[in-house]
Amino acid sequence: MSHDTLRRPRPVKTTGRPSAARTAGRRRHWTRRPNPLAGIGSVLWLAVVIVPIYAMISSSLTHQDKALGKNALVPPTDPTFDNYNTVLHNGFGHLLLNTVIVAAAVVAIVLVLCIPLSYVAVRSRTFWSGAAFRLFLLGVAIPAQAVVVPLYLMIAKLNLYDSLLAVILPTAAFAMPVSVLILTGTLRDISEEMYEAMALDGASTTRMLFQLVIPMTKGGISTVVIYSSLQAWNGFLFPLIFTQSDGPRVLTLGLFNYVSQFGVNIPALLASVVLSGIPIFAVYLVARRALVGGLMGVGGK
Amino acid sequence: MSSSATARTKGRPGGGVRTGRPHAAWVLPGVLFFTFFAVAPMVLALYLSFTKWNGLGDPQPVGLANWQKLIHDPRLTQSLTVTVLLTVVSWAFQTVLSLLLGVWAAGRQRNRAVLSAIFFVPFLLSSTAISLLFYALLDPNFGIIHGDTLGTTSGAFLAIVFVGGWQFIPFHTLIYQGGARQIPEVLYQAAAIDGAGRYRQFFSITLPQLRNTATTSSVLMIVGSLTYFETVLILTQGGPGTDTAILPYLMYESGFKSYDLGYASAIASFLVVAATALSLVLVKLSGFGNMRSTREGM
Repeated sequence: MSHDTLRRPRPVKTTGRPSAARTAGRRRHWTRRPNPLAGIGSVLWLAVVIVPIYAMISSSLTHQDKALGKNALVPPTDPTFDNYNTVLHNGFGHLLLNTVIVAAAVVAIVLVLCIPLSYVAVRSRTFWSGAAFRLFLLGVAIPAQAVVVPLYLMIAKLNLYDSLLAVILPTAAFAMPVSVLILTGTLRDISEEMYEAMALDGASTTRMLFQLVIPMTKGGISTVVIYSSLQAWNGFLFPLIFTQSDGPRVLTLGLFNYVSQFGVNIPALLASVVLSGIPIFAVYLVARRALVGGLMGVGGK
Repeated sequence: MSSSATARTKGRPGGGVRTGRPHAAWVLPGVLFFTFFAVAPMVLALYLSFTKWNGLGDPQPVGLANWQKLIHDPRLTQSLTVTVLLTVVSWAFQTVLSLLLGVWAAGRQRNRAVLSAIFFVPFLLSSTAISLLFYALLDPNFGIIHGDTLGTTSGAFLAIVFVGGWQFIPFHTLIYQGGARQIPEVLYQAAAIDGAGRYRQFFSITLPQLRNTATTSSVLMIVGSLTYFETVLILTQGGPGTDTAILPYLMYESGFKSYDLGYASAIASFLVVAATALSLVLVKLSGFGNMRSTREGM
């Protein structure tokens, strides 16, 4: 019996709201009383968030010839999907496919490299594992802008210029520091006893990785999946500098090019912005807790 | 309970792996990959800053020429001023709002949970998409604000601050929310017994307890403000004139519009120094360096 429990440890939910914490929150005297000032503030911020999004959607449904001079806050009299059609017939599918490929590759690279790394950073007591962890701590603050020129030279020398790989490799590298922070954060919550029990069971460190570490850090891993795919999805600088032709063009760069392509057709431009956000929004609806719960831990206390 | 597991236990008597400490070599693939694509380029940037290179062929060493040019470039002073100003104003704007919203969202009421979910939505859009959205909304012929906001220096500057905040406040709110939820409830109970009201509790408990969170969030914000490049490129193109040409934008223009990549590298080296200084602050001041479980002592 004990062996079974050891080999399949129940993942600790770090992302959801445990019911105990919830009840504790309910007991908070100061959260029970209404706070009018905070209430007003939150509604004001809601307006700041909602109004631009509303104006974007409403304008994207407006006929192009009626858009100029019309207040974007007034809903369109006869909504139309023409703008969406225009965007979809201007290579949007191709951009989307490229972006999905980039995101999937980035996620795969980040997971394969970061999970063992974080496992060692937390578990190993050697100088080198500590140094590796510090390297990624420092890495959090490296701005992509600072390295884009030398990377351009490297990409050119590697014959990767104007390919999807030219976008994938640096994007994955720059998603690693935060991913390592998220993973080490969740890994530290696995108790020493668990490892000892598995060691008694004769498990190798590799088996511990697959049967203890990975199942126990599912919350952190899903955060990393979402975080790194978001980085890939929203990345702009690397595609801008490292690609040129239509072939490897991704969504963000496509949006940027729509500015010159559609010119004054702002409704079509906004329709493309809406379309670019829909896939990520869908993921957010499904996996909100994994994302929010994981990112919440980044700051510590 | 399987017999094979028992057999394996017997078959492998204790040794180094008993405590389950993996070999440090496991970090190598990740470290090498990251070093190659993120650390080595920083060193290469410094080298390139001593060369002349137009993007084709090979960089030619020119000694200190780029640095001399940089020091005497009037755009550098202006760019540094704008970058620092943008960073400071954005930091203040985002910290105040994220802190208030984060502490508010830490409450577990249903309405707060629903609103928090909506508040997060801007963070899902790319900087490109958000910049395009506000580019359209601020268009004098089209948008919701009339007048040429982006045509004036202060208007363009404030637009960048606002758009940056609109995008990143959700993320920092989340960090503060996480931090506020970790403050032990007993502190508030003790304060309530002592008769401290809501605002007294906020200033005497919540704020001091969020010190580490604030450090982390601030460093991420400051580093993040160096990356307002997309916003500047799409909203203002550094304009009016060069009034909002922050350092990364100046670098982009020198490197990929004027094709003076050696000069751009000198500017990039500036960014590297700033980034390294910031990251050292991050490691020193934040709790990241401590190898401790977040649940310790709970």
